[in-house]
Amino acid sequence: MSDQNYITSFCSIKSSKVCINSHIDYSESSQVSSIDFLKSAYKHYQLAYPKFYKMDSLCKLALITSDLLLKTNKITENYNKEEIAIVIANSVSSLETDVEYQTTIDKNNYFPSPTVFVYTLPNILLGEIAIRNGIKGENTFFVFDKFDAGFMSSYINSLLNNSRAKCCITGWVDFYENKVESFLYTVEKQPGIMNIEHTSEQLTKLYTNQ
Amino acid sequence: MNQKLETYIAADNIISPLGFTTAENFEQLKKMQTGVQYFEQSELSPEPVFAAVIDSNKINSEFKKFPVKEEFTRLEKLVILSINNVLKQNPKIDITGKKTLIVLSTTKGNIDLLDTSIAQKFDKKRAYLWEAASAISRYFDNPNKPVVVSNACISGALAIIVGKRMLETEQYENVIVVGADILTHFVVSGFQSFKAVSSQIAKPYDASRDGISLGEACGTIVLTNNLSNLNQDSKIIVKAGASSNDANHISGPSRTGDGLFIAIEKTLTEANVNASEIDFISGHGTATLFNDEMESLAITDAHLENVPMNSLKSYFGHTLGAAGIIESIVGLQSMRENTLIGTYNFKELGVSKPINIIKQTTQQQINNCLKTAAGFSGCNVAVLFQKQ
Repeated sequence: MSDQNYITSFCSIKSSKVCINSHIDYSESSQVSSIDFLKSAYKHYQLAYPKFYKMDSLCKLALITSDLLLKTNKITENYNKEEIAIVIANSVSSLETDVEYQTTIDKNNYFPSPTVFVYTLPNILLGEIAIRNGIKGENTFFVFDKFDAGFMSSYINSLLNNSRAKCCITGWVDFYENKVESFLYTVEKQPGIMNIEHTSEQLTKLYTNQ
Repeated sequence: MNQKLETYIAADNIISPLGFTTAENFEQLKKMQTGVQYFEQSELSPEPVFAAVIDSNKINSEFKKFPVKEEFTRLEKLVILSINNVLKQNPKIDITGKKTLIVLSTTKGNIDLLDTSIAQKFDKKRAYLWEAASAISRYFDNPNKPVVVSNACISGALAIIVGKRMLETEQYENVIVVGADILTHFVVSGFQSFKAVSSQIAKPYDASRDGISLGEACGTIVLTNNLSNLNQDSKIIVKAGASSNDANHISGPSRTGDGLFIAIEKTLTEANVNASEIDFISGHGTATLFNDEMESLAITDAHLENVPMNSLKSYFGHTLGAAGIIESIVGLQSMRENTLIGTYNFKELGVSKPINIIKQTTQQQINNCLKTAAGFSGCNVAVLFQKQ
């Protein structure tokens, strides 16, 4: 089997703009807050997944991006659920919710809640995507200072080339203060219509253009 | 990809309340001494709690032995001490070289820095996990960007697999996999809010188990694909490993154990090893009702129910990002000494499938050791260590 893998679809949300495979699919004025934009995007796309409202902002961003990404392809139909990997990275981990949870354990104002605490782990977003789509394959969450095309392409290519997964949902999801952006994409062994090789160079180009 | 390159264990270290080296920890475990203590009053919790806490004075006095150019947090000190110990054990590992990568496994990193009720010496940026990792790689003059794995309670075991996979890409010769989490009010209150903390020392797989004990620890495993970097005759390799998600619930395990079963099956398939060849399972055994039950189902479905199995959570507490690493290291030491550690506080099996929990420290030949773990978000992992 060839060691070459391909990016077969991608989706990003940044600056109140949803881009699917490079075209702007939905946008609002940049005045709107990030969380309000996510809520209006959820309604616009009629995602109909009530659990969305229980999630923290990081997971909301990951869920919308992955939903829109997976609508553009047939990955969840074409592959066995155990063959699909989810590998995502970010720079802020779960800091948005960490800071929120910290305020609930102040000595004078003590009301820790399990529904907040559970979101103080960045990999919960992998679980949310897995549950939404019934995906049971490889699961890894990485943290880097910034999107690392070299590491991500190398790690994911090694998963596919060593038959540890047949396809991968991967990318970057950040939500904290002014860092709000997502960029998720799918990697498969077949070139698909786009024919974009999954290399560090191609990935850097795609990510920078979002 | 060159599949012939094996992933060897070149050195390891555990820092826990039981000791600051693998040997010190293993001696205590053989005697079935627990590191979990009762705290009537502490900064960890408004109510009494059982926890495994490392003495801060000991950390600081050990840390003073090393010259530093900047300040480090409690978590970073543990990591630096642990890595210094493995480098002393094996001077062939050049941590300043391009061929050595650092992988940090942590769930909460420097989370103590978010507590504004105590004066903080550090910029809040240090609460970013990659910033903590950068401080560590700066201390050691490692030229590569460190990789942080933050995947809840499977982080440690998963980081070992990530290390093995990075060696397979042949970009590196050594990967230093270090796992650490400190015990904080943040973490303890969170698990208490889930009503998941035991009113006693955790009793893994036991009929009267009622939740976890929390702990803090740090562990380091050095992986190498270069045989000449080994300084001991006994060779153990990371043979295979896999992760999975049970796609069921973010804060509870699957009721069927199917996710963990998938991780185990994939690992055995990749290793080309049959269930009958597994000599020992280092389980997750948090001592919550649902986790231990789930494990018993997955282990039985994988035809491993007769294999001797333990949990170390009643010795170290649940140490989150360190757990998979320190528990794997104890497994490695068990392989070297052919000695299985009994599960402290386990008396009567309390899961629905008859798995084989080890009660007392026993001697047994061990060639294949399977480490398993599961965590929040429904993630599961299995790693197979094999004697060469």
